[in-house]
Amino acid sequence: MLAFIITTAATFVVYLVLTAGSGEFLMFWSPEEIIMGLFLSVIVGAIARHYLCMSKNYRMLNPKRWLLFIVYGFGPFFLAMAKANIDVAYRVITGKIRPGIVKIDPKLKTDYGVTFLANSITLTPGTLSVDVDEANALYIHWINVPEGEEKKEYADIKKVCGSFAEWARRVAE
Amino acid sequence: MWTDYLIYIFLGIGLTFNGLGSIGLLRFPDVYTRLHAATKATTFGSIFTSLGVVTWAFTQLYLTGSYANLSLALHTIIAIAALILTNPVGAHAIARAAHRSGVLPKYAVVDRLEEVKK
Repeated sequence: MLAFIITTAATFVVYLVLTAGSGEFLMFWSPEEIIMGLFLSVIVGAIARHYLCMSKNYRMLNPKRWLLFIVYGFGPFFLAMAKANIDVAYRVITGKIRPGIVKIDPKLKTDYGVTFLANSITLTPGTLSVDVDEANALYIHWINVPEGEEKKEYADIKKVCGSFAEWARRVAE
Repeated sequence: MWTDYLIYIFLGIGLTFNGLGSIGLLRFPDVYTRLHAATKATTFGSIFTSLGVVTWAFTQLYLTGSYANLSLALHTIIAIAALILTNPVGAHAIARAAHRSGVLPKYAVVDRLEEVKK
């Protein structure tokens, strides 16, 4: 039941954002649009409740986590992304690369946390997630492996992705 | 309006990074390093060109007051969100598929994934 409610609410919010500006009701929406949106999102929720929210874990409904997610997205993540692109620009122009695939163990337990960390790693300085195994260890393609880092079994998390592992734990676990 | 300059700056940053991403595709030696250029630089560049569109739409909304511009801005923001969420997943899928079908990283100093597969 909770899966149905969550899916319906999320669909309805996306519908409202996509149709904003259609009328005068509440400034933005026309009443027809609201009724049709409710109707369609109930249909979508009824179909999708069997497939979404399968983990029965609803900790992402906590607004504190949304706030942390927004802070993360506009703060450390955006900065790291800007740095990543300047780094890529430097490597495109000079061609100085020292690639390698290293293994890190972020000690995350949930699927959502690992997805979050892998997506962040792919978009930030010089790293690209290639694979993940059963123990949630990530294999990272690193474009510029520092000297000595290739001999270790697990690479230094701080050097690979900065503070992202802590952020992933804070937001998603 | 002063936002015109903001739009020029956004478009300049976006086009620079999109161009660098395309040049990286030509200059890097193997599939993984090319994915670095192709995903990071083009995602970042496309975010900034889209931010240019958002700025233009809000400027027009302020000047003309027509709600069509509001929906243009919101749709562009949704497109940015979809881009950020799906682009790294696509890159991950391509890299994983490449490694599974035996494409090894060129000039690699270490390859932990290959050691595990043996």
